[in-house]
Amino acid sequence: MKKAYLILSNGTVFEGCKIGADCESIGEVVFTTGMVGYLETLTDPSYAGQIVVQTFPLIGNYGVIPDDFEGKCAVKGYIVRELCNYPSNFRSEYNLDEFLKSHGICGICGIDTRLLTRILREEGVMNGIISDSKEPDMEAVKNYKVQSVVEKVSSDSLSVFPADNCKKYRVALIDYGFKGSIIKCLQSRACEVLVFPHNTPSEEVLKAEPDGIMLSNGPGDPAENLYEIKQIKKLIGKKPMFGICLGHQLTALALGGKTVKLKYGHHGANQPVNDTFLKRTYITSQNHGYAVVSDTLKNIGREIFINANDGSCEGMSYKDLNAFTVQFHPEANGGPHDTEFLFDRFVEMMEENRNA
Amino acid sequence: MPKNKDIKKVLVIGSGPIVIGQAAEFDYAGAQACRVLKSEGINVVLVNSNPATIMTDSALADEIYLEPLTTETVARIIEKERPDGLLAGLGGQTGLTIAMQLCENGTLDKFGVKFLGSDIEAIKKAEDRELFRETMLKIGQPCVPSEIALDTEAAVAAAGKIGYPVIVRPAYTLGGSGGGIAENEKSLRKIAANGLELSPITQVLIEKCISGWKEIEFETMRDSAGNTVAVCSMENFDPVGIHTGDSIVVAPTLTLSDKEFQMLRSASLNIISALGIVGGCNCQFALNPDSFEYAVIEVNPRVSRSSALASKATGYPIAKISTMIAIGYNLDEIKNEITGKTCACFEPALDYVVVKFPKWPFDKFIGSSRTLGTQMKATGEVMAIGQSFIEALMKAVRGVEIKLDSLNCAPINEEDIFTRLSEQNDVRLFTVFEALKSGVPEETIHDITKIDRYFIACLKGAVNLEKELTDNPLTKELYLKAKKSGFPDSYIKRLTKENKLPEFTYSYKMVDTCAAEFAAETPYFYSCADENCEARALTRSGKPVIMVLGSGPIRIGQGIEFDYSSVHCVWTLKKTGYDVVIVNNNPETVSTDYDTANRLYFEPLTEEDIMSIIEVEKPLGVVVAFGGQTAIKLTQFLVDNNVKILGTSAQGIDTAEDREKFDAFLEDIGIKRPKAVSVNTSEEALIAAKTLGYPVLLRPSYVIGGQGMSVARSESEVRNFMKIILSGKISNSVLIDKYMPGTELEVDCICDGNDVLIPGIMEHIERAGIHSGDSIAVYPPYNLSESLTEKITRTSIEIARRLGTKGIVNIQYLAQEGELYVIEVNPRASRTVPYVSKVTGIPMVDLASRAMLGEKLSDMGYKSGLAKTAKYYAVKVPVFSFDKLLDANTIMGPEMKSTGEVLGMGRTKTEALYKGLTASGIDVYEIKQKKNRGILISVEDYDYSDAIALAEKFTDLGINIFATPDTAKAIRARGMDVTTARNVWENDDIYNLLENGTVNYIVYTGAIMDSSVGDFRLLHRKAMNLKIPCMTSIDTALALADVIAADYSQEKTRLIDIND
Repeated sequence: MKKAYLILSNGTVFEGCKIGADCESIGEVVFTTGMVGYLETLTDPSYAGQIVVQTFPLIGNYGVIPDDFEGKCAVKGYIVRELCNYPSNFRSEYNLDEFLKSHGICGICGIDTRLLTRILREEGVMNGIISDSKEPDMEAVKNYKVQSVVEKVSSDSLSVFPADNCKKYRVALIDYGFKGSIIKCLQSRACEVLVFPHNTPSEEVLKAEPDGIMLSNGPGDPAENLYEIKQIKKLIGKKPMFGICLGHQLTALALGGKTVKLKYGHHGANQPVNDTFLKRTYITSQNHGYAVVSDTLKNIGREIFINANDGSCEGMSYKDLNAFTVQFHPEANGGPHDTEFLFDRFVEMMEENRNA
Repeated sequence: MPKNKDIKKVLVIGSGPIVIGQAAEFDYAGAQACRVLKSEGINVVLVNSNPATIMTDSALADEIYLEPLTTETVARIIEKERPDGLLAGLGGQTGLTIAMQLCENGTLDKFGVKFLGSDIEAIKKAEDRELFRETMLKIGQPCVPSEIALDTEAAVAAAGKIGYPVIVRPAYTLGGSGGGIAENEKSLRKIAANGLELSPITQVLIEKCISGWKEIEFETMRDSAGNTVAVCSMENFDPVGIHTGDSIVVAPTLTLSDKEFQMLRSASLNIISALGIVGGCNCQFALNPDSFEYAVIEVNPRVSRSSALASKATGYPIAKISTMIAIGYNLDEIKNEITGKTCACFEPALDYVVVKFPKWPFDKFIGSSRTLGTQMKATGEVMAIGQSFIEALMKAVRGVEIKLDSLNCAPINEEDIFTRLSEQNDVRLFTVFEALKSGVPEETIHDITKIDRYFIACLKGAVNLEKELTDNPLTKELYLKAKKSGFPDSYIKRLTKENKLPEFTYSYKMVDTCAAEFAAETPYFYSCADENCEARALTRSGKPVIMVLGSGPIRIGQGIEFDYSSVHCVWTLKKTGYDVVIVNNNPETVSTDYDTANRLYFEPLTEEDIMSIIEVEKPLGVVVAFGGQTAIKLTQFLVDNNVKILGTSAQGIDTAEDREKFDAFLEDIGIKRPKAVSVNTSEEALIAAKTLGYPVLLRPSYVIGGQGMSVARSESEVRNFMKIILSGKISNSVLIDKYMPGTELEVDCICDGNDVLIPGIMEHIERAGIHSGDSIAVYPPYNLSESLTEKITRTSIEIARRLGTKGIVNIQYLAQEGELYVIEVNPRASRTVPYVSKVTGIPMVDLASRAMLGEKLSDMGYKSGLAKTAKYYAVKVPVFSFDKLLDANTIMGPEMKSTGEVLGMGRTKTEALYKGLTASGIDVYEIKQKKNRGILISVEDYDYSDAIALAEKFTDLGINIFATPDTAKAIRARGMDVTTARNVWENDDIYNLLENGTVNYIVYTGAIMDSSVGDFRLLHRKAMNLKIPCMTSIDTALALADVIAADYSQEKTRLIDIND
């Protein structure tokens, strides 16, 4: 196997072997702690611009199952301890190395991923490069920024997904880099889903007469998306609205709140979230590097979910505006399905709004 | 909900003796529970008949009853203690069953005792197969097609509907006792009949056989608010069909995609929510490897062996958190102790792989079937942590003490490789490895074994690496690759024929529940071949470091009692001001709890593994005296590597362990032992036996629990036994002693180098020749003259001193015709330490540990000599797991066969014995209620005179005597009434006597030869099914006669709180 290096912007060098495409790549290095779900991770557009480290050491065991893809594969690089080249699963079609190659993604294996994770935990997320050389141009690495990523992963024209059974609702999904499971969760609840590109003017969305508006997940710094925020400002309150992840952050920004970059984010399938109304705690799937500062929305909304580990904001309800948003991923995939009921809540809101 | 303030006193029910299917995991769970309750200010009342446990320690509970675990006795304890609540989910199936009975018979209501944790309805829904299926049906969880049958005909009808093969699962039996797979009606009739007999409610489940599916488990938690988490997923290496306790298990699952994983995770959480579980719960599934089809196999609404494994695999203390939930806390109100910051309502993320490997007792039962199925046969297990499946597996295999350091194992039979691959037995992993080496295609192996292709491919990787090492020069890179795959140096040297290996040091990573997402505060380590070492980087307290070696997997001869001693040693050393490091690989134990020692290394107890930890920890010394033979046998190696052994010197240990040196030592100090000769071959053995005169005792050196020891009465027996011993590759010589059937006595001594404290003397009921672990032992001695007592005291002091003991030493004596002989000396803590400590109140391990460090007994407040006799008699009764090993030779002999023990305490020897027998499952009182009682006697001719005495005693008690023809003749010759019963091989006489209740006890001796053992096995199996005590020593039967003569019942004994 060809030697490869991961060099972090703080100068730490890891030596390993090249996997995937034979190229070099710069990105923001983040770790995810999910023990299963590497396909969902690799195809989650929210990772756009990032090099993903799997903390679980054995990756690729069940091969590549195209049915499980969530969206565009937009990662900049992939880091694993051990890549499995002899996958075993009844649905597996080929191995993960081939997947990486076919998507032009380079990666590195055979490094101490736990040490890497600890560095990211202690010093915060940082840029890095997967390189053939021990001494690449570090200027480029230091200057790298995850930028304008939403436009890279969003669709550029409208598409329609029919409801699974008889259609009862029409949902407008604003695509900032959506995960396919969001659509599946809606389809299975009798929703027809209209997917609008991220930069669709609000008027156009409303013209489609949706019963509700769904704001998708997506990559990057939320504050960057000025146009999208402006559209949300115009949409909110018009129709029942449900935002996930980036959609949650953009809503907060649209209502005058603030977001903050977390030291190393939440990426994994085991994050506990307190439901402040029901006094319950759920295990959720998460993938975000920024968080909403709930204090900045004190008079506008109510914090409905809080991260049980670090107390960060995990969900807001804007009752007067008939909207609620969550930082985590109720659509799961990968990760637990424990909060899928939020889609039912959204459907109820649409039903009530229709009857009102 | 915060803690329930109404609960001030809680009764905790333990799980009783160690048996197959119920081992140390419940001591671990119970000890955690007790500690939680005490720290919450709750008064803890504990009942457990197993004296070797840590949970029955004075520090862990306020009131401790070493009483029989029966509904009657526990009800009396409730009446006396009046607890507010009952914690039932921590005592295994035993504890749970008693709790349910107490609930159903109204005891709990009568005394206002609240059922803590999952309520009775939830437990019933999980335990009762019909209710369970109804509940599953309601929430749409698929079960395996099955039907309940109450008799054999119904079973056959059910199988007709479901289609063969079917699995038979008896209701309410431990570890699935009595179950099996039936391929056709004939075998079904046999298995079902047996299962019905074993089921306490005469019920079996006939189930569609789904062998070949993946077996997946989830350990889950739920609180009373309804919060649920799946703590750990586990995947069995072996597909469905082999009991999970007998399977190699990995955690987390390695072959499931997120879709399958989440499907089963959601299913488990839906199940525990529907059942209304409050606390920990284990959910087992079968998953079709070729689709999303799955079925719920079973649910255990309590902590279990799997939950102990999951706790150690993840660092998430399931029993502790279950207890907190039981007293009212919600999951999100509990902190994750490992990180100290995050919340316990989360799911651990692992950044390593865990492999569990079972420890089977087949080395103790040579000739008994090694086939694995739905009946668990393992006595214990090891766990190993690595960064790949192979690395963890290699560690597990070398840690399980089966004399292997690789996956190369000689075939156990002569069959061809394909036949052997199809045999589900304890060596199948090695057979797969062998098959891969000999070029059998992976797909063929998968077709035969149904082991997932992923695991087979991993093994293939190890085969390739082995070849690479054999064929190529050993470069640094190749060596590192081998180390990353967990290959030990001994194996690499053998493959490469290199003696000098490149430089390498192991690193240690932390088990932190969160894959390094948060900083962890609990130093719990495993080794790997990375460069970065977290153990070396850890900030130390600056205190001197001592390393304590644990005792590895639970097996016959080395059980939970050694964990008791290891843990106590750790506690004492910590108190004394040391930083204590413990090394052990048994996930069921308290010693591997992350907060027992200052630092825990979850590693195999092998030379290389220990040395590399020593390099990191640089302890001032290593303690080997409390980890049984596992630790003791590392002594010489450690000394050779300039590691200081604390306590008795390596030389002293060797003197005691090496039989020849030991003989010389005894001769030197003028103490007798039975005449002995050391031999290496069968021919030498025959000559020696002839010189000594039959019967003789054969014993190999450096073994556990008398492994390979036998009494031989003839030339053919000597030949036979030597063959078995020599085939076991025991390298040291075999010692042949003159067998002397005297009284066995045993002492444990604590010695500070000068003063010697003897807490007590134990006298065995069975005469010498039966392993001390299998004998009923009585404290204080009941038949010992003053002069002999004095002599034992003097001799013990002399031996302890002259061996240079610093710490603890166990000495076994034989008294015959007024003479005292030494049988053996164990320079370490023995299996009797926990119970002698509890009965005498002398903290033996604590004193021994301090003596080891140089403290004087006099400074600790103890005098030299035999301690004052305690106020109660204590009788230790062995407990066997023969109902799990149906074809094992169950005749007692010098090789230990019991898996556990119980203690009976009383004001008299007889009361204590009554309690001990009751606790071990022999209900003397119940049998006494019968009108016509009988005893069947069948003995070898050398036992006739004893048999006659026995017959007299039983006749006096009004019990009818039955005997096999020769024995009957001998008894009748003395003028006693005796009914002749034909031998088992002649007709069904005896079976009829057993079945129609005419015979209530059996005494049987002999049957050590292959020719007669089969008959005895059948007889014993029948007796076990009918719960008829079957004794293979006349001494046991004589003691039983005393108990029958006395008038005890469970209502009439005195309950003894040992903490009083």
